Amino acid sequence: MIRFENTSKIYGKDTAAIDRVSFEVKKGEFVSLVGKSGAGKTTLLRLLLREEDPTSGKVLFDDQDIAEIPSGFIPDFRRRIGTVFQDYKLLPMKTAYENVAYVMEVMGARGGDIDRDVSEVLKLVELMERAEHFPNQLSGGEKQRVAIARALIHRPDVIVADEPTGNLDPYHTQDIIKLLATINGLGTTVILATHDKDVINRLGKRVITLDDGKVIRDEERGKFIL
Amino acid sequence: MFTEFKRISRFGYQSFMRDRGSSVATVFVMVIAISLVTFLMLFQGTAAFVITSLESRVDISTYFLDTVFEEEILQVRDELVKLDDVRDVQYISKDKALEKFLEEHKGDEVILASLEAVGSNPLLSSLNIRTWDSSSYLKVTDFLEESFGGLISKVDFEEREPVIQRLDGLTSGIQTFGILFTIILGIVAVLVAFNTIRLAIYSTREEIEVMRLVGASNWFIRGPFVVQGVIVGIVAAIISLLLFIPATLFLSGPLENLISGFNIFSYFLSNIFVIFLAQLLVGVILGMISSAIAVKRYLKV
Repeated sequence: MIRFENTSKIYGKDTAAIDRVSFEVKKGEFVSLVGKSGAGKTTLLRLLLREEDPTSGKVLFDDQDIAEIPSGFIPDFRRRIGTVFQDYKLLPMKTAYENVAYVMEVMGARGGDIDRDVSEVLKLVELMERAEHFPNQLSGGEKQRVAIARALIHRPDVIVADEPTGNLDPYHTQDIIKLLATINGLGTTVILATHDKDVINRLGKRVITLDDGKVIRDEERGKFIL
Repeated sequence: MFTEFKRISRFGYQSFMRDRGSSVATVFVMVIAISLVTFLMLFQGTAAFVITSLESRVDISTYFLDTVFEEEILQVRDELVKLDDVRDVQYISKDKALEKFLEEHKGDEVILASLEAVGSNPLLSSLNIRTWDSSSYLKVTDFLEESFGGLISKVDFEEREPVIQRLDGLTSGIQTFGILFTIILGIVAVLVAFNTIRLAIYSTREEIEVMRLVGASNWFIRGPFVVQGVIVGIVAAIISLLLFIPATLFLSGPLENLISGFNIFSYFLSNIFVIFLAQLLVGVILGMISSAIAVKRYLKV
């Protein structure tokens, strides 16, 4: 489904954030990207979201080179991916409900469908009673659950989570990881970038380890080893 | 398409209502910008009144020879009235001129005695001519001398010329100052409003980033900011209009003492629709364009 083919991203003259990386993520997989800060995890995700283009090599999504998607079609492409970030990136002037509904609204969904789906997904993340709260009225864990609900709402092919537990306490961390595992169990591909050892070791899923922009390990049931 | 428009409008309205701090700041600055433009409109109106009233006080007189009949003078008047440059022509007969002279020199016994010594009416019939533009007096004088030179005793253009030239200088000075003033204040107003909106949007650049990442199209991101700009413009225009009602009322007294016959409050009220339309246009266009330009730089995909 997603293939990095000899992909490199070089900033400036010779700072390689990603150095000739190749791997494939199959549909329905749960893949964790691990590595120290600066190992290249976030750059990989940015390339996948077409926030940046690779300096060399390719990133393929369903066999399509995403660098070749015309700019007018990038919003459509991004709707196939749900994103979750460490700092939640919620819209501060919208309620939890509106943050989730926003994605469906930009896609042109009908009002009735939006009401039904948003309520459903808020129930899934157990936030129905907080639906009318603004982000500044929610705890870190709640904010992240809203972000996950937003990433899920339009049933994307893949969910990309960049350090989603970085700002959370251990209790909420487990909560979020469980939620991501549940979503994966429902058939959605999940790519999780993290440097949280406990999270990786408990998951027992595929782990790709990055160091200095290179893939140094790719194991089916990996552990956090650096 | 309609659903999209409705959603974009709702998002714009929501942002305006919810982000109160930013909305109040932008409306405030926009009120200043619109007030500057309104002030310029009132200034133009005042300047136009001053120029017209100064010009209406100047005329030239053409004195006819004693031998010329009244019919001939009236014929000259008819010819003059046909000229595009001429605003009006007033015929002053010999008798009327004497009457005015006596009235003006009522108490001056020397003059009255001299007049009696002359025995008959020494004054000449004349035409008092006013043109639309003080620069046309020379043209009218030339026309009179070329076409009716044989009938005319003299045209007092040369005596009046310094006054006319001074007036010319004054009116063109007021006009030039008005244009420069308008351009400078106009630019200031646009820049201030534009920069405030730019700053307001700069503070939301992270939100724009999020909108892009969840797959919002450029129009869906830009639209609400443009709607917000339009709302800011409308609210600011209404506030400006409401501010100018008491302001012109308060100013009308002192200004009327300075420029007699000009009541700025009446001028404002009689032009209120045009002024409000201009305020609305300035506010809406400025708000809309500033928002669209300011948000554009964050829309890179």
